[in-house]
Amino acid sequence: MTVVDVRRLAVGYDGREILHDVSMSVRAGEVVAVLGANGSGKSTLIRAILGLVPPMRGGIDLFGVPQRRFREWARVGYVPQRLGAGSGVPATVGEVVASGRLARRGMFRPAGAADKAAVRSALQDVGLLDRIGDPVSTLSGGQQQRTLIARALTGRPDLLVLDEPTAGVDAASQEAFAAALGRFATDGGTIVLVLHELGPLRPLIGRTVVVHEGAIAHEGAPPEPAGHHADPGHDHVHPHADLAKAGICEWAPADRTAAP
Amino acid sequence: MDLFQYDFMLRALTGALVIGLAAPALGIYLVQRRLSLIGDGIGHVALTGVGVGLLLHHSPVISAVLVSAAGAVGIELIRQRGRTSGDLALALLFYGGIAGGVVLVGLSDDSSNANLMQYLFGSLITTSPQDVVVIVVLGVAVLLAMTIFRPALFAVCNDEEYAKVSGLPVRTLNLLMAVTTAVTVTIAMRTVGLLLVSALMVVPVAAAQQVTRGFVKTMVLAMVIGLAAAGAGVAVSAEINTAPGATTVILALVAFVAIALGSGAARVLRRRAHQPREVEPPDVVLQS
Repeated sequence: MTVVDVRRLAVGYDGREILHDVSMSVRAGEVVAVLGANGSGKSTLIRAILGLVPPMRGGIDLFGVPQRRFREWARVGYVPQRLGAGSGVPATVGEVVASGRLARRGMFRPAGAADKAAVRSALQDVGLLDRIGDPVSTLSGGQQQRTLIARALTGRPDLLVLDEPTAGVDAASQEAFAAALGRFATDGGTIVLVLHELGPLRPLIGRTVVVHEGAIAHEGAPPEPAGHHADPGHDHVHPHADLAKAGICEWAPADRTAAP
Repeated sequence: MDLFQYDFMLRALTGALVIGLAAPALGIYLVQRRLSLIGDGIGHVALTGVGVGLLLHHSPVISAVLVSAAGAVGIELIRQRGRTSGDLALALLFYGGIAGGVVLVGLSDDSSNANLMQYLFGSLITTSPQDVVVIVVLGVAVLLAMTIFRPALFAVCNDEEYAKVSGLPVRTLNLLMAVTTAVTVTIAMRTVGLLLVSALMVVPVAAAQQVTRGFVKTMVLAMVIGLAAAGAGVAVSAEINTAPGATTVILALVAFVAIALGSGAARVLRRRAHQPREVEPPDVVLQS
């Protein structure tokens, strides 16, 4: 069964087209990584799949239903890149994860025992059950990311969509993350995730789709690491990426870098 | 207290207590969304509604509810649509609202300055029996909406895109928030006044969140602080003859400062208790 079907999709913001003519489909049980450089349109592609950006042309089907008529959003779990900027009003890990049950139970029914059990089991799954009563703002970046995946898992979705889930995440969290995704995939779940690089999720991924300049440039099995990339313990860094950000602007001395 | 043998005082107290509960219950979502000042803007718009009511010899509370609700829905539509132009549109709406209100009140039969001041800063003696009924009914409606839809509103205010992907009716919930904000502003204008309504939505939340760890607990504590400040505000202002709204807001601010100092002191003490006996040698200089 086809879970996601994208046909000749064009998407843009403010009349500027970002994706031009993208077609891809994801079958049930597949784990697909969408790769591409910054600004290639890979995040726009999954945002369009989720209905957060309206398509300019083309069509999107979810679970065989045109997206515009799709109502079973509980079947889709979304993990955004990061937790919304802290607002000052504290919220516990448990409260944030409980939001993930709304799609299943609807907004009129108060949370019941099943909802609470689902929250606990999702937190158990990402190894954060002991933090259930802590404010999310006290968690590390990686733990916040795990909170977001628990929020998506707690609705028991069939499809997980993740937007660069491992960006800036510590090693321990990446492993907990990969393990939780692995269990979800083993249970027959479908995963679509945007990645900057394969990293620790590499063993999970069945197929990669490379987006380049608003179109799909390559589709196939994930590339095997080659050369010194294949060394165990190879620390994959992009020094050029940092250099570009070194100065405030082109002519500014690099040692006066503004704090990020 | 002797003062509460008067009916008008009981009416003022009833209104204040309802608002003391309802304003922070709504305000917590506004703070979470970083829209702390929106209540102030809607208060400006509500003044036009008061002017319309006075001019047409209708209840100013009802016309203010209608006009400010229309204004709040307009603001929400601008917020959903707009990016940079939204800020300017809001400013136009706010100043249009207050200027329109002042002009309309001036045109009405009862155009004294004192009358205008009552709406801007609140007054104890102006709450009519009919007003109390409106305040209680609408206040309870706001409280119910904020409690029943708490999980959904929390989700929308916490992460609007996630809420959208969850299939929640985000646009409807945002409009619900806009309308309840307008309703709260208007029912609070009798006791707290239009220029200080926003404080009662925001200050109790700011006070509560310094010592709480979760959203629900913050909401409950903010409502307790709001209730206490409003009740005490009415009593104190009657006693020392000050404006009730300003007195209430100052009491809420006192609670804020007290909690800030108290929690700060508790944190320092706790750190001291946990600190090991041995301290760093004095010649260690930390360089930034």
